[in-house]
Amino acid sequence: MTSPDAAPILPSKHLLGIDGLSPIDITALLDLAETYVVQGRATDKKTALLKGRTLINLFFESSTRTQSSFELAGKRLGADVMNMSVKTSSVSKGETLIDTASTLNAMRPDILVVRHQDAGAAELLSRKLDCSVINAGDGAHEHPTQALLDALTIRRHRGSFEGLVVAICGDVLHSRVARSNLRLLSMMGARVRLVAPRTLLPCDAERFGVEVYTDMVNGLAGADIVMMLRLQLERMAGAFVPSTREYFRFYGLDREKLAHAKPGALVMHPGPMNRGVEIASDIADDVQISLISEQVEMGVALRMAILDALARGMA
Amino acid sequence: MKRIAFRNARLIDPASGLDAKGGLLVENGRIADVGPRLFNDAEPNDPEVIDCRGLVLAPGLIDCRVFTGEPGAEHRESLESASTAAATGGITSMIVMPNTDPVIDEPSLVDFLLRRAQATAKVRVLPCAALTKGLAGETMTEIGLLQEAGAVAFTDGDRSIANARVLRRALAYAATFNALVISHAEDPELVKGASATEGEFATRLGLPASPAIAEAMMVERDIRLVELTGARLHFGQISTRASLEVIAAAKARGVNVTCGVAAHHLALNELDVGAYYTFRKVRPPLRSEADRAAMVEGVASGVIDVIVSSHEPQGADTKRQPFAAAAAGTVGLETLLPVALSLVHNGQASLSHILKTMTEAPARIFGLPAGRLAKGAPADLVLLDEGEPFVVDAEKLHSRARNTAFDGRKFQGRARATFVGGTKVFDAR
Repeated sequence: MTSPDAAPILPSKHLLGIDGLSPIDITALLDLAETYVVQGRATDKKTALLKGRTLINLFFESSTRTQSSFELAGKRLGADVMNMSVKTSSVSKGETLIDTASTLNAMRPDILVVRHQDAGAAELLSRKLDCSVINAGDGAHEHPTQALLDALTIRRHRGSFEGLVVAICGDVLHSRVARSNLRLLSMMGARVRLVAPRTLLPCDAERFGVEVYTDMVNGLAGADIVMMLRLQLERMAGAFVPSTREYFRFYGLDREKLAHAKPGALVMHPGPMNRGVEIASDIADDVQISLISEQVEMGVALRMAILDALARGMA
Repeated sequence: MKRIAFRNARLIDPASGLDAKGGLLVENGRIADVGPRLFNDAEPNDPEVIDCRGLVLAPGLIDCRVFTGEPGAEHRESLESASTAAATGGITSMIVMPNTDPVIDEPSLVDFLLRRAQATAKVRVLPCAALTKGLAGETMTEIGLLQEAGAVAFTDGDRSIANARVLRRALAYAATFNALVISHAEDPELVKGASATEGEFATRLGLPASPAIAEAMMVERDIRLVELTGARLHFGQISTRASLEVIAAAKARGVNVTCGVAAHHLALNELDVGAYYTFRKVRPPLRSEADRAAMVEGVASGVIDVIVSSHEPQGADTKRQPFAAAAAGTVGLETLLPVALSLVHNGQASLSHILKTMTEAPARIFGLPAGRLAKGAPADLVLLDEGEPFVVDAEKLHSRARNTAFDGRKFQGRARATFVGGTKVFDAR
């Protein structure tokens, strides 16, 4: 348990991306999160660390798990949590993002958690607001808390990242999860591979220091961790891939493809899953290899650690 | 063990550069031996001996661009009738376009086509699948599954994909599977309604016409997309000097593109339309003499990789129409070799080079085991007399459709016998 006057462990009052964090910052955050894993499993899960503080969840894209994860993290630390849903806000009445920010600023929140469909939205808000801003996903740019919770999950199973082969498979092109994960994992010494059809690979992906594969057999060969990405349904109808059945045949994770990974390889997915599209049900539900439920638990602990770390920098 | 011995042949194998008198032995459908000294000393004691009497024995021809009517328009051409025409023309493999009814855009339809070919066709039939569903140019097909079903390439046949974004994604997706894409280069809006090439002749005839650059523009665009996506692209047929120059420049900088030319664009120019002769209405339309001459040059220089028939059967219903209303297309399976050989007789290219454009080159582009006289290769062979004079008679064609652009035309050289996997499918000796 830490207190708001403890030494700061983040370089900034915001968490906008993995870019800007150092391996030391990440290790400190993961260590702090471990204490919240313990707290989350205790009978009394609540502390008063953020008592009196206000956390606003501002979600311009619908989200179930990220929003509820932040809400729970805030409440377990004693903060007052408000969820602002886009459908009922003035944004849908034509207000600009900056106007929304000014309005929120006047309410004097301490932490704003924002998800937006456009890359750079969290950055923009961080410049206009007095409070701390946490990026909960901006376009196809970054989703730092997802990468951190994935790292926490991996570290708990493998001890360290050095030399781990992590295959990130699927719709890398549109994925902020993939971008944050490859930044974090590369920084921590893992060997990251991207596996996708060429239509779902971003331009110059090789420049990130990752290995790029277009077939699952080679991409999964010897992998310690297989991280599947969600393929959004509207991208399967012929624009990026021709059909669900073809996608599953060549890129869906089934036992046959997983057999090429290292024995004992673990499977992750940021959720929500498309069963039978990017992942076979029997793998998703196999508790021996699937970390998918554990990722959700680690998400709450990790977000508590982030809130704690940001609160330290506050007056 | 079924053995056939060919002796006393002039062996021409463009893949290895062989051009010599010699013999060839076929065992169980494959070439078991080939060479200048084979059967020189001793009469082969095999059950079947074919004395070639000095005729050319070459790999059977591969025609990379064939439209048939099966499924959907069997009254014009079935796989069976097309294959009979192909065998007569020395062609042992037909690469068929997906522009049928229904369009070949489903793995089950590729399977259907292969089964129908197995049951009815005399020569090998290699299906292309559509690149976009229904040839609509909007959404890509299941390239991975279609390839597994046996599609050798992906194309919308005689349709260009107008939307560059769609083509970009289809090329990128095809590159994932190292699948070959065949492009038809004609700007669809510029050629809409046209039946001739813009110029003095079309103006005199009063025909709706399109500018020749409608082709090179799309060739240029497609090449840029190939460079962006890393796909393998083949232009089914080009017909203008401008296109040739764009492709030559792309090849020179290492871009993975190849191209073909239709036999009729080597032999005919726009003036051959004469008095609205609809059997010479083709797509792209016949071009100027300068463009025709450029095509011959392109074949000779090797910038044009393959010569194709662009065989496109049409019936009286679609051809006996005013020129602008008539359907485009000419049958060509039986005239491909004679037209191509005219370049040899005109001193424009060697016999081996011309045969290469219909054997080794298509085999290389499409990744086929045929197309060479090598031990272990399929015994797909053509025995041809390169000098025999004859006159094309539309009534005697084996194709179900008789819409040849070459009726009454004199040629020198044609196939005398054809073998597919060691089985004789045509013999006129």
